[in-house]
Amino acid sequence: MANVPGDLKYTREHEWAKREGDRVRVGITHFAQEQLGDVVFVELPKVGAKVTAHQAFGVVESVKAVSDLFAPISGEVLEINAELPQKPETVNKDPYGKGWMIVVKPSNAGELDQLLTSQQYEEFVAQGAH
Amino acid sequence: MTSRYIANTSAEQRDMLRTIGAASIEDLLVRIPPKARLSRPLALAPALAEADLIRHLRALAARNADADRYACFQGGGSYDHYVPSPINHLISRGEFFTAYTPYQPEASQGTLRTIYEYQTMIAELTGMDVANASIYDGASSLAEAALMAHAVTERTEVVLARGVHPLYRRVTATYCDGPAIRLRDVPAPEGVLDVEAATKLIGKKTAALVVQSPNFYGCLEDVAAAAEIAHAAGALLIVVADPVNLGVLEAPGRLGADIVVGEGQGLGVPMSFGGPNLGVFAAKNELVRRMPGRLVGATVDRDGQRGFVLTLQTREQHIRRAKATSNICTNVALCALMATIYMATLGKQGLQRVGELSAAKAHYAAEQLTKVPGVSLRFASPFFKEFTLRLPKSPTTVVGKLARKRILPGVPLRTYDRALADCLLVAVTEQRTREEIDAYAAALAEVLK
Amino acid sequence: MSAYDKLVFELSSPGRIGFSLPESDVPGRPLADVLPKKFLRGAAPALPEVSEFDVVRHYSRLSRMNYGVDTHFYPLGSCTMKYNPKINEDMARVPGFARLHPLTRPEDAQGALQLMHELAQMLAEIAGMDAVSLQPAAGAQGEFAGVLMIRAYHASRSEKRTKVLIPDSAHGTNPASTAIAGYEVVEVKSLPNGEVDLEALAREVGPDVAAFMITVPNTLGMFEPRIMEITEICHAKGVQVYMDGANLNAILGITRPGDLGFDVCHFNLHKTFTTPHGGGGPGAGPVGIKAHLEPFLPTPVVVKNGDAYALDDKRPKSIGKLQAFWGNFGMLVRAYTYIRTMGADGLRSVSDNAVLNANYIMKRLEADYDVSVPGPCMHECVLSARRQKKQGVTATDIAKRLLDLGFYAPSTYFPLIVEEALMIEPTETESKETLDAFCDAMIQIAREAQENPAIATAAPVTTPVRRLDQTRAAREPNLTWSPKR
Repeated sequence: MANVPGDLKYTREHEWAKREGDRVRVGITHFAQEQLGDVVFVELPKVGAKVTAHQAFGVVESVKAVSDLFAPISGEVLEINAELPQKPETVNKDPYGKGWMIVVKPSNAGELDQLLTSQQYEEFVAQGAH
Repeated sequence: MTSRYIANTSAEQRDMLRTIGAASIEDLLVRIPPKARLSRPLALAPALAEADLIRHLRALAARNADADRYACFQGGGSYDHYVPSPINHLISRGEFFTAYTPYQPEASQGTLRTIYEYQTMIAELTGMDVANASIYDGASSLAEAALMAHAVTERTEVVLARGVHPLYRRVTATYCDGPAIRLRDVPAPEGVLDVEAATKLIGKKTAALVVQSPNFYGCLEDVAAAAEIAHAAGALLIVVADPVNLGVLEAPGRLGADIVVGEGQGLGVPMSFGGPNLGVFAAKNELVRRMPGRLVGATVDRDGQRGFVLTLQTREQHIRRAKATSNICTNVALCALMATIYMATLGKQGLQRVGELSAAKAHYAAEQLTKVPGVSLRFASPFFKEFTLRLPKSPTTVVGKLARKRILPGVPLRTYDRALADCLLVAVTEQRTREEIDAYAAALAEVLK
Repeated sequence: MSAYDKLVFELSSPGRIGFSLPESDVPGRPLADVLPKKFLRGAAPALPEVSEFDVVRHYSRLSRMNYGVDTHFYPLGSCTMKYNPKINEDMARVPGFARLHPLTRPEDAQGALQLMHELAQMLAEIAGMDAVSLQPAAGAQGEFAGVLMIRAYHASRSEKRTKVLIPDSAHGTNPASTAIAGYEVVEVKSLPNGEVDLEALAREVGPDVAAFMITVPNTLGMFEPRIMEITEICHAKGVQVYMDGANLNAILGITRPGDLGFDVCHFNLHKTFTTPHGGGGPGAGPVGIKAHLEPFLPTPVVVKNGDAYALDDKRPKSIGKLQAFWGNFGMLVRAYTYIRTMGADGLRSVSDNAVLNANYIMKRLEADYDVSVPGPCMHECVLSARRQKKQGVTATDIAKRLLDLGFYAPSTYFPLIVEEALMIEPTETESKETLDAFCDAMIQIAREAQENPAIATAAPVTTPVRRLDQTRAAREPNLTWSPKR
């Protein structure tokens, strides 16, 4: 378990969240993309859609698996990564960078504090829970 | 008791039990509680030797009025079209016939490649971007299309033209019950969609408008006009079409269809009392990830050589389980193979000839039959290979009387529509001869005297 | 293997024909004069132009790129890939059956209706059910019909039940069919040995549960020893119990779903009753029910009035229709032929030998592979390749290596609750020599995994193509041929 950046927050469903001023960027972790294998399809919400913490906002697929994407926080979708439907492999190549999924304007920024820290997430993954 | 389908001899059974370390087969059944055991033999008719069984089944078959012995003018979703001889020979090859779903693509390239060919040919005929590997039958294809339109548009109503096959409408109703999709009918007083009534009925809740062309009554629908009213309301257009007609009739995709479904039985599949049939399902590219059923795609192997695999499987039940686009697991691969070989054999010219011959004979038959006093065409709209006749006597009686002359004159419509109780649906394929048509007209004249 | 790489389109030569159609024998005008132009196709469809012999050779060559039961042992668990008797095919092709139109009036289809009526009765006897509908086109449609009947039954008693319980070891069709029927699916965890956790089940069944759906024997090839307690627990709470009949081949004449307390079960005629798999269908999935569900059967129902058979469509409580006509009749003829060939004793020996063969394989492989649950098993056994995985050889690799050694592969990665699952179902129609040859191959693969894992990971090398790039197929779907590609 190497690749868990310290400046991000994490969910037990293997999404990461990054505060960028009053916005939050969301993606899936290195561990998640590794478990899925080659990502072949990503379905994202429309800009302007509302997402709710711990509820599905989209889907990521590999050849033999489908995984719901869970929102780390509630809020409104400000941006989506429009490149992903054409280039789903970006999720594998750069999960914390170009493979980001959505940017959310949080309705309750406090929710961010309830997420796992990088250390907690690393422990969670190490326990073999997935 | 030995069976020719079981190889193990008693000696071999004993040998295997010794390896297993069990005294008897009974010892292997220990997990089944005694009170759950059946304490008597099954009460079934005694086993028959092959020759006796053949005699028995031939006797049953002889009690059926089949299209070998009767001149078949029946349609309504199943047609007596010509079946080229190679089809039966090729599908009977054990490598096709006794294979299963191509889960191991390297050992299933034959099946996969034929399905890819099938998808290509169906897409071409329907004028759509993609076709799936097939669904059970035309009716369940329509039902799946309705569910798909509901999922894509997140709307809750499906509007169906009255000309859509009544049995297809019933199957669609069964499938739409769970998700509570409301089905609404548009009347067809002239045998075709009442465009004005349809426009009024279609709105923000409409997921799709469904038209069939030629429709159940045989009439050709104005598909382009239907597309316009569906799309104006943001709904999808689902067209039910018989692919065997599409050698000469315009492809629904070029008229604005978003999804094309239909019964492909005419493409070389025997009528077989209504099943197995061939559910055709084609759609526009942007809908592919919502499609039900299997899809085969081309790819390359480790050495860069072209090969074929089942693809986009995450839509399906074995992966998505309760959230799958459909519960369908099988397709009707063998029927799709029949259709593939049929379309290859008939080819570009043959399918046109089938269409031209069917239409010519149907129009000749309509002419001859309507010369019989009291008999007329029920609808004025253009038809293709099937038409609705109005008779001066009960169609059911006529069917019974003509059966004695080895003519199956058509399908009485009373069961499907009370308003058409005096009507008979007549289909004429390229298989019918002028002699049979003339004999039909003469027999009809006689029973109506 | 020959590397024949053509698609039929690539054989096309303009002007070549493969059909025989007569000249028109009726007077008439060209179609363009009969029908308005808007109905007619602008350009002829781009179908291939090939000769009849082109067609025959092309599809004969393609067929040789398949493994079928006729040519290869096919231990595909859960699919019951047994021999498909040739007499069944002859009977399905008799013109009186094959060329019978579905809307022929019942008076002129008495032979077909009699066959259907008798087949329904035979299946009801085999499963201990009160009535059987032959209409469902496949197992998944049988499930759908069964769940809809359960739903209609509860509704008729004004009971609002919204959930269906399904074990985590179930076939994917179970939750999918249930969801389409409008129910919420609740997954029930199995015990480590694959059996139902009775305590957990007792906690879950309640007034909001409509049904419990379970496969018997279960997908690990094991008979649930407490199955009768399970159906009792459910019935005590008003919950209907559905049996997925995929594994019926294990219990013919030994025990019956109806006697175990099931309210509904479906049959896969293409598994237990030898109708061909055809490369993935058509199947046939009749559904059997107890008397209390009879009013809800799909319409029409084949009935016998005196000596005459008829289709009864006047059933106001019916769940409706599932396909346009009456069922996959061609498959029904084959299943009928099979049951009449076997009789009661023959069917019993089917299950006896299916169980014997599966246990023989399990025993012979237990030293080299992990057995998921200790035996005896029923008609199939589930092994795990977790030992081999540590050596770098997965269940997929083993499957591919088997192809090189002349066998089709077992089902892999199912049931989901077994790591690196290899699900092996030999069926009763295979001989001891074949089973031995297969076991020898499996043992060879296990040894190779220890000594040289690259052999399995490179496999297959004898098939027309090698391992295919599934990722590319899904990322850039290429679903139709076009000349440009």
